[in-house]
Amino acid sequence: MKKGLTKLSLALAASAFAMSAQAQTFVFCSEGSPEGFNPSLYTAGTTFDASSKTIFNRLVEFEVGTTNVEPGLAESWEVSEDGLEYTFHLRKGVKFHSQKKGFKPTRDFNADDVVFSFLRQDDPEHPYHKVSGGSYEYYNGMGMPELVKEVVKVDDYTVKFVLSKPEAPFIANLAMDFASIFSAEQADALLAAGTPEKLDLDPVGTGPFQKVQYQKDSIIRYLGNQDYWKGAPQIDRLVFSITPDASVRYAKLKAGECHVMPYPNPADVAQMAEDSEINLMSQEGLNVGYLAFNTQKKPFDDVRVRQALNLALNKQAIIDAVFQGAGKVAKNPLPPTIWSYNDATVDYPYDPEKAKALLAEAGVTDLKTNIWAMPVQRPYNPNARRMAEIIQADWAKVGVDAEIVSYEWGEYLKRSKEGQHDTVLLGWTGDNGDPDNFLSVLLSCDAVGGGNRAMWCNETFSDLLEKAKQISDQGERAKLYEEAQLVFKEQAPWVTVAHSVVYKPVRKEVQGFKIDPLGGHHFYEVSLKD
Amino acid sequence: MFQFIFKKLMLVVPTFIGITLLTFTLIRLIPGDPIEVMAGERGVSPERHAQLRAELGLDQPLLIQYKDYVVNIFHGDLGKSLITKTPVMEEFASLFPATVELATCAALFAVLVGLPAGIIAAVKRGSIFDHSVMTFSLTGYSMPIFWWALLLMLVFSVNLGWTPVSGRLDVTYWIDEVTGFMLIDTLLSGEEGAFASALHHLVLPSIVLGTIPMAVIARMTRSSMLEVLSEDYIRTARSKGMAPLRVIVVHALRNALIPVITVIGLQVGILLSGAILTETIFAWPGIGKWLIESIARRDYPVVQGGIMMVATIIIVVNLIVDILYGVVNPRIRHNK
Repeated sequence: MKKGLTKLSLALAASAFAMSAQAQTFVFCSEGSPEGFNPSLYTAGTTFDASSKTIFNRLVEFEVGTTNVEPGLAESWEVSEDGLEYTFHLRKGVKFHSQKKGFKPTRDFNADDVVFSFLRQDDPEHPYHKVSGGSYEYYNGMGMPELVKEVVKVDDYTVKFVLSKPEAPFIANLAMDFASIFSAEQADALLAAGTPEKLDLDPVGTGPFQKVQYQKDSIIRYLGNQDYWKGAPQIDRLVFSITPDASVRYAKLKAGECHVMPYPNPADVAQMAEDSEINLMSQEGLNVGYLAFNTQKKPFDDVRVRQALNLALNKQAIIDAVFQGAGKVAKNPLPPTIWSYNDATVDYPYDPEKAKALLAEAGVTDLKTNIWAMPVQRPYNPNARRMAEIIQADWAKVGVDAEIVSYEWGEYLKRSKEGQHDTVLLGWTGDNGDPDNFLSVLLSCDAVGGGNRAMWCNETFSDLLEKAKQISDQGERAKLYEEAQLVFKEQAPWVTVAHSVVYKPVRKEVQGFKIDPLGGHHFYEVSLKD
Repeated sequence: MFQFIFKKLMLVVPTFIGITLLTFTLIRLIPGDPIEVMAGERGVSPERHAQLRAELGLDQPLLIQYKDYVVNIFHGDLGKSLITKTPVMEEFASLFPATVELATCAALFAVLVGLPAGIIAAVKRGSIFDHSVMTFSLTGYSMPIFWWALLLMLVFSVNLGWTPVSGRLDVTYWIDEVTGFMLIDTLLSGEEGAFASALHHLVLPSIVLGTIPMAVIARMTRSSMLEVLSEDYIRTARSKGMAPLRVIVVHALRNALIPVITVIGLQVGILLSGAILTETIFAWPGIGKWLIESIARRDYPVVQGGIMMVATIIIVVNLIVDILYGVVNPRIRHNK
């Protein structure tokens, strides 16, 4: 019986190997099912990989591997003197995908498609606005409804955006996933057929890959777009093999069942580095993990106390214990891969004696406080509980008695937003590679009661951010942000704990794969060596 | 007979009400706001939060939410997923065939291995074979599925390369989904080798999912056989000089099988719940994995609807088994 089974499986294995040799198929072991195929409706990276990174293009795009913005469907653009009008000149001859069963485009990409893609999200009266639940979290989250006054088609290949105030990060916003360009022609056809929601399940785009088939929790299949405006991709077929468990993804990678896997287990990284079949790529992630003091509560309103508690922490020990090599000590609220990162910032050294002295100077004795630890793993903090324990031990050495508190994730976010904590562990992953997306969202006066968990409002700091938003010259903006980082460090509303290191195990035969600092996965430039 | 069936059917009603109440209240007892979980670190403004709550019907009093939920069930509407916005029924229908396919293969494995092993162990009582079957089945019964799956995967898929690690079909085959059952769809597609590949992908998950039922069946068969083998009529048959194989198969096995069949019926529930872990590990696109993810995301409609469907299936299977007993065994039917 057993022998029979073995023989059977051997025979089956042989037949499977014979098959896999023929077509050039690139397999990505993705970590989950996408929420849908319209990137403007969702916020998860998993969804973006499956939609915006493969099927769609945007007016401007992030150059893969960097946070720099480059032309996409817009060949060029101008900004008016007052910073209120952005005029985009569109690329000609760009083709939308043609579906085997379903929509076949009759015209090239033009201004109507751009106007449609933005008005759907912006205008509550738009016929598509309420389709598929109609919540445009990113469009709203980036403040686009207040910012964008008008989207105007000037002619077939020119579109003008009119803003309500000058906002330099606007261009970076347009490179984000939610700004993907849909086919207005497909939308019209589906609306006429009475099935508008199909646009969000089976859309066509102008991107490097066309979606062919999707089976929930199992597989997504794409064909290379032979008419792609940058030239056809090198791989003919792209497959997302949906594999939620990280150990299984690793097993598949080793067995050659996939070529790239995201999010390895930290514990597997050392072994991956030694595997001759695998090329372990790594980069610092576009994120920051921090401990925020509630600066509206005593004694954390006193800058000396915040500085003292910074000095009391041995951050390297935290990184070693919690990240197991997959993290770096953070000294700024910005990660080093973002432009305007201030390398001149001097971090608080580990100095318990000085910490004690500062606490005494502030008149703080026998401080009893709490440390909130997240109940979930995040890229910027794989084990918040462990991190909190080390902080607790370090603080105990300078006479601070901290209790560790945790709530269910939704509760945690809500209560910390309301400022119920003394100190809270949290973090942030960047959206658009613009420094404003870290500093304003997490530390500006406007963000108190929202993303600003330190409840910290410093006028000098907020003014610098406001000024930087009004200027479109990146060099000048960078100077203001560098200054803001120094103000931040001196005022110490946070302990900047860590930036994670992102690992991407890739099989040796894969060529041209780049790690995206923004967290996405791109397959246009990849190929397989024979 | 009609009265008997009617009585069984009436018993199902309170069970159903219990299930709707349980699923409805349990998930709401878990602290956590689905909107906050959806928004993550980014957060939503209080206005947007209120608007979303209203859109999802979460601003209504619990009693009204429950009433709406039950009324909709009677209309065959299980609601829409909060995350994907697709009807729960549609998602269930697309994922269920994969679960059935896996459960069927696992059940086949369990019966085809467990039954003969139990019989032989009973016949050769006290032999090395008997001891090994008993040890093996006890181990199998107490094996953590997660560990067992990863172990098999490492040995057979990664090191020996005999079986694929996970998934349902080799990625080189692009076949259309017709029935959702991969074994049938691959046959329909007519692509050479596709069926073998689908079968090949079923081997490990079926063994993992079938291990516990297999152990249960083997042990049950053994003890039931031992009991029957010591009966007087078996001794009589043997003393008549009947062929030993005939005594075992025709006389003993038939009677010994009755409790075994009951146990096999009970395994349906185990196969469906065990599928949750097995599916997660083998990236098997079935309802187990779907439910687990929905609980984590506080996707109320999916959890309620999904559990409702699974519970319904288990109830219906048990109902059929009960009725069949009544048909087969008059003593059960007439027992007031």
